[in-house]
Amino acid sequence: MPDALLSVRGIHTYYGDSYVLQGVSLEQREGSIVAILGRNGMGKTTLIRSVAGLTPPREGEILFRGASLRGRPPYAIAQDGIALVPQGRRIFRSLSVRENLLLPTSGLARPRGGRWTLDSVLREFPQLAERINHSGGALSGGEQQMLAVGRALMANPHLILMDEPSEGLAPRLVQQVEGIMKSLREHGHAVLLVEQNFALAMSVADYVYVVASGRFVFEGPPAALAAAPDVLDQHLGVAGAKVN
Amino acid sequence: MTSAVLQAINGVSLAALLFLLASGFTLSFGLMRVVNMAHGAYYLFGGYIGLTLAEKTGSFAVAIVGGGAAVVVIGFLIDRFLIRRTGENHLAQVLLTVGVAFVIGDVALALWGGDNLKVQAPAFLRGAVVLPGEIYYPMYRFVLIFFGVFVGALLWLLYHRTQLGAVVRAGVDDREQVNATGINVDRLFVMVSGLASFLAGMAGVVGGAFLTLYPGAEWEILVYALVVVIVGGLGSLEGAMIGALIVGLLDAYGRWLLPEFSYFVLFGPIALLMLFRPRGLFGREH
Repeated sequence: MPDALLSVRGIHTYYGDSYVLQGVSLEQREGSIVAILGRNGMGKTTLIRSVAGLTPPREGEILFRGASLRGRPPYAIAQDGIALVPQGRRIFRSLSVRENLLLPTSGLARPRGGRWTLDSVLREFPQLAERINHSGGALSGGEQQMLAVGRALMANPHLILMDEPSEGLAPRLVQQVEGIMKSLREHGHAVLLVEQNFALAMSVADYVYVVASGRFVFEGPPAALAAAPDVLDQHLGVAGAKVN
Repeated sequence: MTSAVLQAINGVSLAALLFLLASGFTLSFGLMRVVNMAHGAYYLFGGYIGLTLAEKTGSFAVAIVGGGAAVVVIGFLIDRFLIRRTGENHLAQVLLTVGVAFVIGDVALALWGGDNLKVQAPAFLRGAVVLPGEIYYPMYRFVLIFFGVFVGALLWLLYHRTQLGAVVRAGVDDREQVNATGINVDRLFVMVSGLASFLAGMAGVVGGAFLTLYPGAEWEILVYALVVVIVGGLGSLEGAMIGALIVGLLDAYGRWLLPEFSYFVLFGPIALLMLFRPRGLFGREH
C-alpha cells in the first residue's frame, strides 16, 4: 500500500521481560478506522504503545507517513501527528478541563495548528464547555472520555490511537463514543482503535485485525470477520454474535 | 506573652527561609521523582558564592542572584552527568547525591575555610524594627517573612496560573502521558530543576545573612527541608508552604519551651503525622 499513513512491519515488542508482540504487521490508510480485536492480554495495548513510542519494538519497523519512527521518543512521535487516547483516559487530575485541552498547544509541544482549536473542540463536545473550569478529576467517565478525545484533537493529529475508549462506559455513552469516532473519520482523522466491545468495533471499523498471543490471526473488512465463525469462536468468544 | 509572640515571629521567619529551600526541592521531586540529597549543599554553596559576591560588589541583590545562578550551573551539570545515570533507582540517587554533597562541602571548606561566616546584609536591613507592644525584632528576619511570602506568591502564580505551570502539574500527575502529548519532558525537567537550584542557592544567601555559613550547615538545613517536604507532601507547593510554617513554629517553640527536647518537639509530631498520613498533608498517591 504505497499511500499508507501508518505501516507496521514485523514488529516484536517486549513488555518488561515478557515477549508480547511476536511479529505483527499492519497497514492503515489516511482517514480510515482500523480496529484491533482480541481477548485481554493478547497484546492490543502493547501495539498501541509501540506505535506511540512508549514501548518501542525491539525488532521490526514502524513507518508513519513514509518515515521510520525508530529511535524517536514519544514526544517527537506526538509532534509528528500521532495522538494517544490512552486506556483509562489518563486525564490530568490537577488540571482544569481547559488546561487539559490546552496542554498540547503549549509551546513545549510545538503545536502544529489546524482546524481544531479550543473553540471548535468545545463546539464538538458542548458538555466539556459547561465544565470548562472543573478539575479533570471531577468529571464522570463519559466526560473524561470526551476530554481525552478533545485533548488528542487539540494536537490536530493525522492519526489518533484509541485504547479501549468504551471501557467502563454505560451503553448510552458507548453509542456516543461510536458517534465521535465516525465524526472523526468524517473530519479526515485516521483512528487506530483497540477495543473489547465487539459490536462497537465492527460497526465503526473499515478494516479489522484479530490478535491472539501476540500475532494477527485474522485481517479483513468487518463483513469478512462476521463470516468467519471459527475466528469469532476461537479468538473472540462471540460465536453467533449479531453484527449490525 | 511577649516571648510567645517573639517566638511566633521567629518561627514564621524561619518558615520563610525553609520554604525557599523546600519549594524547589518538592517541585523537582514531584516531577522527576529524584531524591536529591545535595540540596542542602546547594544551599551552602550558593550562600558562600553570595558571601563572596557581597564582599566584592557590596550589593546584596547581586549576591542573591549570583548565588542562585551559580547553583543553577552546578545543579545542571550534576543532573546531566551524574543523577541522570541513576534512572529510577532511588537508593542509588540517595547515595550518589549524598556523595556529591560531601564533595561540595569539602570544596567549600577548602575555599572558604571552617569559620562561621556571615553574608553582609544591606544597611537598611540591619538593626531592629519596633513592633506593636514594644517588641524589638531584627529588621532582617522581619523583612525575610515578606520576602518568603513574595516568592511564594510568585511561585504559586507560576504554578497555577501559567501554561508552563500547567505542564509541570500535568507532569507531576502523569509523566508518560505528558510525553505522549508531544511535550519533551526532559526539557521540562531541566527548567524545573534549574528553578529548584536557583531557589536553593538564593536561600543559602538569604539564610547565610542570619544563620551564618559553616561546614555542616548543609546537613542541618537539609534535615529541616526534608521534614518540610515530607510533612507537606512530595510535589505539593501548598504543602511546602504549610509544612514550612509547621516546622518553623515547632522549632521556635520547641527551642523556647523545651530546649533539651527541641528535636523531639520537631520530630515527634511528625512521626505521628507519618503514622496517619504517610503521604503528608497535601501528598497524593503516585
